[in-house]
Amino acid sequence: MNQEYTLSVFSEDHIGILNQITIILTRRQINIDSITASESAVRGVHLITIVVRTTPELIQKVVRQMEKVIDVLKVFAHTSEEIVYQEIALFKVPTKVMMSGNIVDQVVRNHNGRLVEVTPEYMVIEKTGHKDEIIELLRFLEKHGILQFVRSGRIAITRQVKELHSYLKEMDTATRSKIPEESIYN
Amino acid sequence: MKENNNKNHNGNGHTEISGAEAVINILIAEGVETVFGYPGGAIMPIYDNLMNVEDKVTHILTRHEQGAAHAAQAYAMVTGKPGVCLATSGPGATNLVTGIANAYLDSVPVVFITAQVVSTLIGTDAFQETDIIGVSMPVTKWNCQVKSASEIPEALSKAFYIATTGRPGPVLVDITKDAQIERLNFSYSKCDYIRSYNPHIPLHMKEIESAAILINHASRPMIIAGHGVLISHAEKELMMFAEKTGIPVALTLLGLSAFPSSHRLYAGYLGMHGNYAPNVLTNEADLLIAVGMRFDDRVTGNLKKYAPDASIIHIDIDAAEINKNVKVDVAINNDAGETLKSLIPLVNNNSYEKWIRAFRICDKTEFDTIIKNEIKPESGEIKMGEVVKLISDLTKGDAVIVTDVGQNQMVTARYYRFTEPNTLVTSGGLGTMGFGLPAAVGARLGSQKKNVISFLGDGGFQMTIQELGTIMQYNIGVKIVILNNSYLGMVRQWQDMFFSKRYASTEMVNPDFAAIAAAYRMPAKKVSERDELEPAVREMLATDGPFLLEVTVEKETNVMPMVQPGASVSEIKLTH
Ligand SMILES: Cc1ncc(C[n+]2csc(CCOP(=O)(O)OP(=O)(O)O)c2C)c(N)n1
Ligand SMILES: [Mg+2]
Repeated sequence: MNQEYTLSVFSEDHIGILNQITIILTRRQINIDSITASESAVRGVHLITIVVRTTPELIQKVVRQMEKVIDVLKVFAHTSEEIVYQEIALFKVPTKVMMSGNIVDQVVRNHNGRLVEVTPEYMVIEKTGHKDEIIELLRFLEKHGILQFVRSGRIAITRQVKELHSYLKEMDTATRSKIPEESIYN
Repeated sequence: MKENNNKNHNGNGHTEISGAEAVINILIAEGVETVFGYPGGAIMPIYDNLMNVEDKVTHILTRHEQGAAHAAQAYAMVTGKPGVCLATSGPGATNLVTGIANAYLDSVPVVFITAQVVSTLIGTDAFQETDIIGVSMPVTKWNCQVKSASEIPEALSKAFYIATTGRPGPVLVDITKDAQIERLNFSYSKCDYIRSYNPHIPLHMKEIESAAILINHASRPMIIAGHGVLISHAEKELMMFAEKTGIPVALTLLGLSAFPSSHRLYAGYLGMHGNYAPNVLTNEADLLIAVGMRFDDRVTGNLKKYAPDASIIHIDIDAAEINKNVKVDVAINNDAGETLKSLIPLVNNNSYEKWIRAFRICDKTEFDTIIKNEIKPESGEIKMGEVVKLISDLTKGDAVIVTDVGQNQMVTARYYRFTEPNTLVTSGGLGTMGFGLPAAVGARLGSQKKNVISFLGDGGFQMTIQELGTIMQYNIGVKIVILNNSYLGMVRQWQDMFFSKRYASTEMVNPDFAAIAAAYRMPAKKVSERDELEPAVREMLATDGPFLLEVTVEKETNVMPMVQPGASVSEIKLTH
């Protein structure tokens, strides 16, 4: 059964990581719904958030393959219930249209949109929320004419209590406590 | 460019040297004695410095970068030390790719050092620039590009550490030409820690205990052991574990030689052309103990019909292999040797005479229908099997066996009797034709054994035949046995079985291989009659230095048994 998952990939901030992560999904024929990359709360640790649809079995295999990438620190796969997430969308619409009737009012009141720029020619509306809410606003504005539309990838915060830095600490002590006399291949 | 004539010592005990000299110093610090490679414009500074340390590091100039990669891999496989391979930018680097992929799929530690165009030209499609980092990304365990001399020590120390620890694999460090020339304050310490990479996983006793319970309650258990046993040097532990529990041991292709084929608990070789007993009885077993193997499709056949009655214990150091192809009941994500060591005290002394008898009955069936005629045919043309069997008998297992890919490989795996660990070098995961000859070069240079014998097909030999030049130049004492059937035999076999005998582009018109050997000043013999075979083999084995033996073998014969594509292991066919 395909299901939506949000992957949070924590890695060292090295060139090429994004490539190494996405080829794992490509090889498994998993489509990327959205992808964003940013810093994380831990300085020097990079976070890639990827939304995919796949099966529970495959997502586990993919997580392990991603964790196998040397510069990857930790990967989480969460269902939508396990995270707080948002996306942001920007709409550019003709001012003339917006000013007819109570459209602006509806955008702000019913859809929780926000005007970020207003000129005599156009307005830019920002909407933050879940994808379906954004699509709802898109459908509404479409009827009146849209000049540009763009939606960001998902960003997510996990509801789990254990945070990345405690994982990092565990990994660190595990490695340091067991530096072997000799590596396996010597 | 005599760089070491003007070494500057600065105040803090560091020495100022060029990046290229640093590379060489690091190779020495890592204990590297032999490197394989091929020079070119971008890597000239490194080669120039290599010449200064000829007494410490031997460079073997192969005739193609692919050959250098395979030789470095084989060297690593027989020595247990990382192989090192050098190539220049552009075509030098791309020529390595098959060899890198081969080492990746077979988990062999090789440090590839490629040169890159000067850093200011990167990204401009400069002369001999290729994005080897991008190209090699999917086939390396790790790779990185170095654009300044000061980054060289860290990059190479990580490279050696990553290649040799955990599940080993190839790594690639791409060094720009300017970084080789630039000077740095050199100091070096080996890497033993990378935050994001932890190859030393603590053992969880809970899983070991669960495994022991399954083992102590099984009535038809089978051990299936792979390359991981050899990599972890766990042959002794495997033996102790098998002897204590009385459980039969089957081996994968890359696991061959991890358990002596003469042992009463040896259950045979697994896989598409493996032995009858372990394939058929996989589906009768009630417990599979998989040690350092990855349930490759050539081993499992149709996964839906694989081991339906068995619980599975999977011991593997690579977490990504666990539950990848088969769902397992107990997963032990750890080193094979460490795991077996802690498992042995928890398992009962046992024996499974009735179960072992089932193996012997299958063995007899296989012997009567296939093996007898393969190793001791009464008449007709020479068979590959009898050549391998004869060499096996005459060397008594005291040799390193190298194979190419195809029928020659399967027959060697089937009929050579391995007695000592790490005595087979073959291309498993990638199945690379052309592997056998250069791999023999690396194996001979790494091994203490006098006899390094390479079984090659007429097709595969011609894919890397130029390495005869390397063998001549360094007088490398490899024994080359060409099993010449004038066909791309394994493909012809599939055409015979699955494409109504339509032999599309598989027949080969071959040159006089002995004459080619002669041109390389290598003693050679061609044999096509049965009574000439043994004397020729004896002559080959008695010869110091290289020798080429071409044997004309039966042209159209199929390697049996066979688990046909899509079939279950228990549907293995003895005849077709
Ligand atoms: C580089 C490469 N190309 C193609 C193949 C496909 N292939 C597998 S076996 C084989 C035939 C090998 O012929 P030969 O070397 O004569 O060995 P034989 O099977 O006759 O013993 C071929 C073409 C391969 N494994 N590797
Ligand atoms: Mg052939």
